[in-house]
Amino acid sequence: MASDKTGRRGFLKGAAAGAALAAQVPLAAQQIRAAAKPAPETTNAAEKVEVLTNERPGADFMLDVIKSLGIEYATANPSSSCRGLHESMINYGGNKNPELLTCCHEESSVAMGHGFAKIDGKPIISMVHGTVGTQHGAMAIYNDYCDRVPHIVILGNEGDATARRSYVEWTHSAQDAASIIRDYTKWDDNPTSLQHFAESMVRAYKIAMTPPMGPVAIIASGKLQEEPIEESNLRIPKLSMTIPPQGDSGAIAELAKLLVNAENPVIVAGRLARTPNGTKLLVELAETLQAPVNDQRNRMNFPTKHPLYGVGSIANADVILALEVEDIFMTTHRMSPLNRIGMGEPRRLTKENAKLISISCLDLFQRTNYQDFARYNEVDMAIAGDGEATLPSLIEACKKLITPDRRRALQERGAKLAEAHKKMEEQNRQLASQGWDSSPLTTARVSAELWAQIKNEDWSLVGNDAFFSRWPTRLWNFDKHYQFIGGSGGEGVGYGAPAAVGAALANKKHGRLTINIQNDGDLNYAPGVLWTAVHHQIPMLNIMHNNRGYHQEVMFVTTMATRANRDPSRGGIGTKLIEPNIDYASMAKGYGMQGIGPITDPKDVAPAIRRALQIVKSGEPVMVDTVTQGR
Amino acid sequence: MKKPFLCIAPVAALLLAPFAAFGQNAQGSAENGHKIFLKNGCYSCHGYDGHGGVGAKLAPKPIATAAFIAYVRHPAPGGMPTYSAKVMSDAELTDVWAYLRSIPEPPAVKDIPLLNQ
Repeated sequence: MASDKTGRRGFLKGAAAGAALAAQVPLAAQQIRAAAKPAPETTNAAEKVEVLTNERPGADFMLDVIKSLGIEYATANPSSSCRGLHESMINYGGNKNPELLTCCHEESSVAMGHGFAKIDGKPIISMVHGTVGTQHGAMAIYNDYCDRVPHIVILGNEGDATARRSYVEWTHSAQDAASIIRDYTKWDDNPTSLQHFAESMVRAYKIAMTPPMGPVAIIASGKLQEEPIEESNLRIPKLSMTIPPQGDSGAIAELAKLLVNAENPVIVAGRLARTPNGTKLLVELAETLQAPVNDQRNRMNFPTKHPLYGVGSIANADVILALEVEDIFMTTHRMSPLNRIGMGEPRRLTKENAKLISISCLDLFQRTNYQDFARYNEVDMAIAGDGEATLPSLIEACKKLITPDRRRALQERGAKLAEAHKKMEEQNRQLASQGWDSSPLTTARVSAELWAQIKNEDWSLVGNDAFFSRWPTRLWNFDKHYQFIGGSGGEGVGYGAPAAVGAALANKKHGRLTINIQNDGDLNYAPGVLWTAVHHQIPMLNIMHNNRGYHQEVMFVTTMATRANRDPSRGGIGTKLIEPNIDYASMAKGYGMQGIGPITDPKDVAPAIRRALQIVKSGEPVMVDTVTQGR
Repeated sequence: MKKPFLCIAPVAALLLAPFAAFGQNAQGSAENGHKIFLKNGCYSCHGYDGHGGVGAKLAPKPIATAAFIAYVRHPAPGGMPTYSAKVMSDAELTDVWAYLRSIPEPPAVKDIPLLNQ
């Protein structure tokens, strides 16, 4: 390997520079600049011995850049194409800020970052191996993208063909390594120098964190990571965050008039509350207008026990305000259902003269290939801007327009909505009682049993409850931003378990009790993340929603069979996870996690949860396998 | 002469069967109905004991047999998939109805402390 004289000179320089720095703690870029100065040339033959060590690899500077961004964690399935950065992280960086978390699959490492960011509001980095690792992580990156979550993905790659040492390095390298994820990342770059890396990394962070947020990818060249630092005057650019854009003031004034004068306004909240302040602002707007909020539960937008929660009637609305709603069309229309042959015209659910207004930053950024943008949103006013950032001016504009007479009218409306909310809650309790003593367990029973034991804790539900018939949403009192993080975004199955571990990691420093309702089909994609939770001592209570199948597909295939006048009893072929039943408590134990169950008798649920909570409070993750009904 | 008579008898029985099933208090085998309910995937939307879920709540007081069968044959748009007579006979649906009818009432909400927290 030492036939390249330039390369050897590099090693000599690096060795000299590294020796000078050996005893030092991680350096700022200014210090590196001095350290990377070329070593003095010498003519002494004895000193021309081949140097096989490099104490100042480029990865050290890369890590300085990452540290400057305040990145707390790096998740990775170990990879040869990221080995330089990996080593710098654990030794040069002391394995702190970022701390490296060992993952068993790139889908897990990326989804962990997804879950973390939704609790913490900030990205971590996921180091992903070139080509095959990127292919493994691609679905999780797509989920990030659809869910508008900031994330920095570092792709290892050896772009220089002459630097590839084996056939494996050839098969795992690419000319354009980010191409397979470019359709669902906000930005990517392939830096060819350390200074280029510094600028691109800072730019990547800024882009990821600018609404609409999303994943970004930076390619980390193998040579840049592993070769000595030769560049001089290296510096880390200042991070200047973009202030999220607010909606146009004239449009906000017009919208305020419409809302204040509306008889039946409805607020629909999509991915609105980026921060806890977003939840507070939406409560303030709703209470100012005494308007109902239909929360799509993609974020913790609105408290579930608030009298204005969930009681908006789209059919009766005269003004509908959609806040960061991706698919307004499906909110206001109904398509031909699956129990009908062919597609008829979509049925509009709203009144003909209803005004539809959107505030969203999604209008400012769209890609082409993947169709997550849904139908064209035919609204009366599309206000481009970040929903959360726009709410203060909208609230102020509304308050200015409300006269005492109007306030009285709004309060009367609010009282009626509160009554409707109360009825909705009563109905939910009534429905929850159905099948109360059934086995398999009803999802309502499991949710009620859980609530009884966590309601006085500082809890955070990090699993999506959509496949649990939304019983936690219907029965629990969600009123804090971190208590709910929505779903995957791209509906890519396999997100649940790793995202929950990532979210639990973010909750750990706050001492919160993390609860994950875990779908069985989802866990089986990459269950190794259970080991990651144990290994890194991430406390969390996992409740298996063990309905023993891909239940959505059980229903779909059965529907297809009856539609074809064929045997519906065969709907379980290819969709059920039975014969044998999977024992999730044993699976957890195999990964070193304490496992309880399977629980089939409703009377056993409460004691199992009690025991599990003791384990979680001791700082460990635990799995309770509850055998449940389909939904 | 005997042959035609023997043929007519089962045909007449088949023709009369639906009318019997459409009676308000049609008879049926709850035990067989339970088996059919599980085998044909009814449970997947309506819950193992018809308490509801993705699909409507069916038990413990199902609608009248005739209305039940009519709905299964011609569900409302957006409702359940159609189960034609080729997939489930009226007699089988009558058995399913009998099973749903046999399911006991769940405890009242007021008697479930967990739902009154």
